[in-house]
Amino acid sequence: MKKLIAASLFALSASVAGNAFAEPVKIGMITTLSGGGAGLGIDARDGFMLAIEQSGNKDIEIITEDDARKPELAVQIADKMIQSDKVDLMTGIIWSNLAMAVVPSATAQDVIYLSVNAGPSALAGAGCSPNYFNVAYQNDNFHEAMGEAANKDFKKTFIMAPNYPAGKDSLTGFKRFYKGELAGEVYTKLGQTDYAAEIAQIRASDADSVFIFLPGGMGVAFTKQYAQSGVDLPLMGPAFSFSQDVLPAIGDAALGVKNSASWAYDLDNEANKTFVEGFKEAYGRLPSVYAAQAYDTANLILSAAGKASVKDKDAFRAALKEADFDSVRGKFSFNSNNHPIQDFYVREVVKDGDTLTNKIVSTAFTDHQDAYAAECKM
Amino acid sequence: MSLTLFIEQILNGLQFGVMLFLMAAGLTLIFGVMGLINLAHGSLFMVGAFACATVAAATGSFWLGLVASLAAAAAAGALVEILVIRRLYERDHLDQVLATFALILIFSEGTRWVFGSFPLYLDIPQLLSGAVHLPGGAQYPIYRLAVIGVGIAVAIGLYLLIGKTRLGMRIRAGESDREMIGALGIDIGTLYTLVFALGAALAGLAGAMVGALQSVQVGMGEPVLILAFVVIVIGGIGSIKGALIGSILVGLTETLGRFLLPHFFGLFMPNSEAATIGAALASMLIYIVMALILAFRPQGLFAANA
Repeated sequence: MKKLIAASLFALSASVAGNAFAEPVKIGMITTLSGGGAGLGIDARDGFMLAIEQSGNKDIEIITEDDARKPELAVQIADKMIQSDKVDLMTGIIWSNLAMAVVPSATAQDVIYLSVNAGPSALAGAGCSPNYFNVAYQNDNFHEAMGEAANKDFKKTFIMAPNYPAGKDSLTGFKRFYKGELAGEVYTKLGQTDYAAEIAQIRASDADSVFIFLPGGMGVAFTKQYAQSGVDLPLMGPAFSFSQDVLPAIGDAALGVKNSASWAYDLDNEANKTFVEGFKEAYGRLPSVYAAQAYDTANLILSAAGKASVKDKDAFRAALKEADFDSVRGKFSFNSNNHPIQDFYVREVVKDGDTLTNKIVSTAFTDHQDAYAAECKM
Repeated sequence: MSLTLFIEQILNGLQFGVMLFLMAAGLTLIFGVMGLINLAHGSLFMVGAFACATVAAATGSFWLGLVASLAAAAAAGALVEILVIRRLYERDHLDQVLATFALILIFSEGTRWVFGSFPLYLDIPQLLSGAVHLPGGAQYPIYRLAVIGVGIAVAIGLYLLIGKTRLGMRIRAGESDREMIGALGIDIGTLYTLVFALGAALAGLAGAMVGALQSVQVGMGEPVLILAFVVIVIGGIGSIKGALIGSILVGLTETLGRFLLPHFFGLFMPNSEAATIGAALASMLIYIVMALILAFRPQGLFAANA
């Protein structure tokens, strides 16, 4: 009898504590908070923190450090976090080149890494790892979705991306699903800000549409110059060039541009409503796709930590893989290579009152998986 | 490839060149007169762009923004000269590089602190929007033509200022012998502050004009700064004429290289590979040109103090 009372008391106390975890979780977040592209990292951090705050959980400790978009700095921070801070999980990296510098060595040291954005193909195929979970996408996905969607309206597209690994992944992804002809294929310098020469080539080509992958400031510069040039071919691209972080800087020049993503603020589900309202209230601006992905990452971690101790790596990995959380993207599950299977949408830049934002206009893919999953052996 | 496309690309190269000239002119003046390497010149470019974007957003007028960019950059330049740079003239170049690099960090973080990390909005004025038809059927944005016009006007203005006025005479004297003009009773401190503010104002003007084309964000000045250094090395350090010729050379090489090299490789290899190799080579091209010029003329094309 005494035992029974003790047991029920214990059960009661556990249920009162509610969301206390079996073991406190220590998370190391490396993201870009200064220099070019800081807007992306700040959005990711804010989205992540919002989910943790909304959960009210006190058993999570987050160490945030700025990588300034420099791979060598990211590697140093990662070493420090693993060796002296002894973090259980790592997350936060925005850029693929930084992810390639940090993730393989972190996962080899048995630290679980959850990606909020970067999804290089090298980590999705042969280089996959049981300790690496990508909660965002595989790099090619957004571009594949736009290639698929372009088939409907266009026959001859001019395509352009910066000359670096993610830029090549981008055009490869677009071409994988696009069936029309290419009016031109141009690689620009990474960080280029003047596109007059490229716009002149677009004007001189016989293209019926233009696809660009130019994230951050590059996209702002291109879209403004494109609108000023008087070329009026339809413009499309992945969400990166037309996300909430850059739209105010592009201004009306972005109106009507089609772009592909796994998320938009008007996606109709409960989790998304809570997220968008909470984000607006906490930070006074609309969230971007980076914030949405980071918010999902935090909720995934919370869901897994509620099921298993983070010290028991096998159980924790299994709990992560279940993806038992309410994603702001609606349906969400992990493929065999720990990359998402999810829907992709085509969005259009519209004006909602005075604010420029994206609205979903169609679905490009349902339950789409990446092209590299078959190469992953684990 | 048609003739009109070629003409358009040459205009693009010219426009890029005169924009670089506005940066390089200030940089080369400061180096020529004061012997100072100013890495923070790109920050003054950024100050101009942010001042223009802020004032344009508050008043709705790009033109007021342009005036504000000149004033803000000149003020920032004068302030920096009086507070920091003045202590560095007697030091060697390493100290100057370190101190002005610190200024870059201070300006960048300060700007982020005030304006945040997201790019600001700045559009071209209504008056200059749209494109004009050029003879031969080519079309060209009016704003870019205006930028070329401003660049040429500044070049003529600087030529007159330095060649025909008393201030210009002092600047030239300062370039050839700093101690002597001090000994002749000219207030060298004020002259330095003036020259520094003038260079800063030109950088600010460039920042504002380019900001309307590109994105106004923290760190926008540094890529331009690197090219401006290439320009003054090619043109000859301290020479305004060298800065002008060097800018146009770099502008044309960069633009035409980007445009022609992929076409050239496309003649004998598949398009996708040609685009990659052409783009890679095009981004090296100006540095190859710089290396060649330095090999034959180590002082640059028009060295002032050679």
